[in-house]
This record gives sequence, structure tokens and C-alpha cells, in this order.
Amino acid sequence: MIRRNLLKLTVAAAALSMAAGTAFAQDAAGAAEPVVIGVSIPSATHGFMGGLNWHAQQTIDRLGETYPNVSFVLATAGDAAKQVSDIEDMLATRDIDGLVVLPFESEPLTDPVKQVKAAGKFVTVVDRGLAEEGIEDLYVAGDNTAFGRVAGEYFRDNLKAGGKIVVLRGIPTTLDNERVEAFQAALEGSDKEILDMQHGNWNRDDAFNVMQDYLAKYPEIDAVWAADDDMAVGVLEAIAQAGREDEMVVVGGAGMKDIVKRIMDKDPQLPVNVTYPPALISSAIEMTALHFVSDAPMAGRYIIGSQLITPENAERYYFPDSPF
Amino acid sequence: MTRRIDFHLLGPLVALVGLFILGALLNPAFLAPANLSNVLARSAFIGLIAVGMTFVITQGGLDLSVGSMAAFLAGAMIMVMNWLAPITGENWSTILIGMAAALLGGVLAGWVNGALVTKARIEAFIVTLGTMGIFRSLVTWLADGGTLSLDSGLRGLYRPVYFSGIGWITWPIIIFAVVAILGEWLMRHTRFGRHVEAIGSNDRVARYSAVDVERVRLQTYVLLGALVGLATILYVPRLGSASGSTGVLWELEAIAAVIIGGTALKGGRGRVWGTVVGVLILSLIDNILNLADLVSPYLNGAIQGIIIVLAVVLQREKRPADA
Repeated sequence: MIRRNLLKLTVAAAALSMAAGTAFAQDAAGAAEPVVIGVSIPSATHGFMGGLNWHAQQTIDRLGETYPNVSFVLATAGDAAKQVSDIEDMLATRDIDGLVVLPFESEPLTDPVKQVKAAGKFVTVVDRGLAEEGIEDLYVAGDNTAFGRVAGEYFRDNLKAGGKIVVLRGIPTTLDNERVEAFQAALEGSDKEILDMQHGNWNRDDAFNVMQDYLAKYPEIDAVWAADDDMAVGVLEAIAQAGREDEMVVVGGAGMKDIVKRIMDKDPQLPVNVTYPPALISSAIEMTALHFVSDAPMAGRYIIGSQLITPENAERYYFPDSPF
Repeated sequence: MTRRIDFHLLGPLVALVGLFILGALLNPAFLAPANLSNVLARSAFIGLIAVGMTFVITQGGLDLSVGSMAAFLAGAMIMVMNWLAPITGENWSTILIGMAAALLGGVLAGWVNGALVTKARIEAFIVTLGTMGIFRSLVTWLADGGTLSLDSGLRGLYRPVYFSGIGWITWPIIIFAVVAILGEWLMRHTRFGRHVEAIGSNDRVARYSAVDVERVRLQTYVLLGALVGLATILYVPRLGSASGSTGVLWELEAIAAVIIGGTALKGGRGRVWGTVVGVLILSLIDNILNLADLVSPYLNGAIQGIIIVLAVVLQREKRPADA
């Protein structure tokens, strides 16, 4: 059942719509043999992961109705060790045909996922790559470099000359490094200045504390790159407390619904946002399902670009029902 | 009092004063009232919890569930207020009911911990490790994996509870100070405080001396639960939200503050004022590291670790001489 058609997917919409068409054709042709797909993701400990869990559940419910022969096993894990056990259980007891996995950490998950692959299953890796190349059939991820670059370019092109920026970083990880390096690269050679970068750990309370300290430390700040909408919430509150709302703009990231709503309403404090959609898990699950129900080639790398959300296009990124 | 004992008592204070001087030297903004107000108000959540934790640790117990409990109470409090808003209106009575719910929930949660320890006779470490997981899951479940946010009308009304006060001395600072003074009085000058210390020193001797050991132990957990509820009441108006990532590791910060302050982890000796000093030391380190570009932010945790160990070493120095 394993197909090894390697194709580099770059244009999402075209591929997906084509695939969906084929899928319906085959579905109509008669009930195929039953397929079990395992989905293993980190648990909802943070706004973004909460959104990702919600989208995963929605997609599974919807696909379960569309393709009656496809069933799903969803497991959420609070740490890497638990996730390894989940995957081993799926392989041993649930007899999965395919696995969609968002690795909690790259290193510890590499070997277990390799075992799944060795057992002849279709493997989709989401967002965080494995430590070894060439294990997965399909890789679906957001673009961390673009995430930092888009924000950096916005500041480069829209801030006044000599504008001063403070940055809140996430939890120290390679992912955070990629974003921050791309952000710095986009600003390099411009007349904008990065005053400070501290870790807010993608957490509202930590971001609030760091921003309070930035405000105490720097009398002049023109822009804040909060790099995450959970952190942006904490940052906005600290700015409000200091009464400096009119002095600086805040750019978050990932498109939390409350923030997107404020961009839609043209809030001057929140001019734009950069997407890093939690719904990328939906793309991964959907494409994995299509691999089994259609003849469309579903192998390769699929990188979801980071878009700039502006008041003009914000409506497209607004999901009022999502928890994130 | 000998000089030795003086030094023993003053260890954490010396560390605190040292941090103050360091902060002032590194950045003049450190001593600005706005900054001090920020740091003290931030300390209030951990501070209130740590005062309660002092009693629990002094009687020989431990509570690992307080961070999760605070997150769960914050979530429950927000849900109660959001649910009541259309019925009772966006006014102070709704907020007062929410506050009462948080306090009551804290008392109940503390009672459950205490009852499992004293009546079911399970190790405090295991009981509260269990309830830590339970409260954390409950808040994630209540929030559907996302964030619970307070109704914006109520939020506007409730916000000043965190952000305003008497001048720059905001309400969280005032409440923290009052609770710290009451706590010190309770520990030093009441029968309850003496019983707590007696049980922590030797529970068998305390029992032979007609102290109702189980009852006093249960009371310390209930007191801690109530203080977690009070901390929640101050926490919710700040960001108006609660999620699965609220209050992560608060339990360890509170326990660290208690130990830095000179309370013995094995029980028997409680020092509420020391706990207050411990809490301030922990928040000042964070603040100073943010204000000064001393080290790479990657090393912040290491600096905190060093200062925690140093503060304890300072007060332990003449321990062998004591013994």
C-alpha cells in the first residue's frame, strides 16, 4: 500500500483541489478496505497548541464522515516520553496504516518514528523535523524563517527612521532561533535598532513581566515584536498599565482570533500580524488521508508560507469558533 | 542573642539588600517607584501562596498542587463570572460572587489535599502530585485546550484591583503586606502557630502533649488553599484570562521562597518574614536580569539557581556549630 511517488509540493491550493477531486471519484467507486491513521500531537498546554488540537479534532471528525472506511486514533502527549509510548502502542495494538506525528522533540522521537516507517507504514511529520533525514514520506510545516522575515520586513518598511524595537523571544529552541535570526537579517542594514531581546517563553504572564521591565528600562520604544499572540496579550496589558499605548505598535504572530479581530477593527496599536497557522495539522491529516483514498501523489515536503495579516485581509484569517 | 544567631537569621536579608544595591548600581530605573511597584505587585501571587506554604512545610508537609490549583481556580472563577454576567449584570456584585467562588474553591481544594493526607494517611508528596495533575488537566479541559477570558465589561470593572491602589502602592502589595503580617503573628503569637512548629519538630511528642495533630495539619492545608484562592483573586484582573499554562511552576517558586527564608524543609521551624524576603529575592533576580544586560538570557536560570543556593548557604554556614 506504500506509494513512493516523490513530488515536491509547493503550490498548495492546486495540489489539494486536484487531489480532492480524485478522492471523491474513488470514494464513489465503492468502499475501499478499512484504513487506520494514527495522529500523535503534543497536548494543549499553550494557546497555539490548543488551536492545533482543536483543528486536529475538527479535521478528524470531518474526514471520518467523508471517508467511512478511514478511522483515526488521536493521542495527545504532555512530554516526549509519553509520545514515544503512544506511538509504540499505536503500532502494536491499533495496527495503524499511517501515522501523522508532530514530534514533541526531534531527537527522542526520531527512532520510534523510524520503527513505524520500517514496519511499512506511511509517515507524515508535522512542523518539527526529525533528527535524521529521509524517514518521513510527507513533511508538512510552517515556515519559521518566513515568520521572522515577514515581521522584520514590516518593521523595516513601516517604522520611522531610527525606530527602536524590543523583542520577546519564545522558549529557547532551534525554532525560536530560526525566527529571530530571520528577523534580525531582515532588519540588517536598515536604520531601525533592536534595543533588547529577552525570553517571554510564549507565555502571557512571563511576557507581561518582561514588557514591564522593558518599559522601565527604555524611555523610548517604537515597536514591539511579541512574536506570538499569547505574548502579545501580556505585552498589551503592560503597555496599558504604563499608559504608553500611543507610543508603540505591537506585532504578534500566529493569528489568535482576538488579535485578528482587533486588526480587522483597525486598532492602531496592532497594525498587522504574521500567520503561523495551527491549522497546518489539518493539511497534514487531510493529505495523509488522501494518500490512502486517492491516487494523488502525497509525498514530499509541503511548507506553508507565513502571510502578513493586514486590516484588508484579516477576515480570511478569523476563526471565531477556534479556541485560539 | 549571640552574633552567630544574628547572622543565621539575617542571611536572606543580607542577600536581599545585596540585590537591591546591585540593581541600583546597574540601572537607575531600578529604584523608580514604578519599577518597585511592578516587582512587588508581581511578587504578590507567589508571596501569598508562599506564606501559606510556610505553615504546611513547618508542620512537616508539602503541597505541590498550588500552581495548578491557582490555574484551576482562575479558570473556574472566570467561568462563574461569565455565566453570572447576563443574570446579575456587569457590576461589582458579580465580581464579589466570583471572588467568593475562588476563595471557597481554594478552601475546598485545600481541604481535599489535607483530608487525603491526614484522614486517608497518604504521603503529602504523592497526594499533591496527584492533585497537581488533576487541577492542571481540569483547567485545560474547562478551557477546551485554549484560553478562558473574562467578559470585557467585567474586566474593565475588575482591572483596578490589580493595577490601582494608594498611589504606587497597589492593592496586591497592600494585601501581600497585610497577609504577611498576619501570617507572622499567627506563627509567632498564637497556639495554632506553636502547634504547627511542635508537630513539625516531632509529631509524636506533640500528640502526647494533647495536640490534635491531624486537625492542625488539615488546617494548614485549608489555610494554604484559601491563600491560593486569594492569590487568584488578584491574578485574574491582571490579564483577565486563564489557560493550561497559568501558574506553571509556581509551586516550586513558593517552596524555594520558603526555604530561602530560613524555614526548614523537614519542618519544625517556620519563619514567615523570611518567606517574604525569599519571595522578594526571587522576583528581584528576574527584574534585575531584565533591566541589565549582564548575561545571555540563556543563562538566567543559572543565575537564579546560584543566588538561591547562595542565600541558603549564607544562613546555613554555622549549622555545624549549632549542632
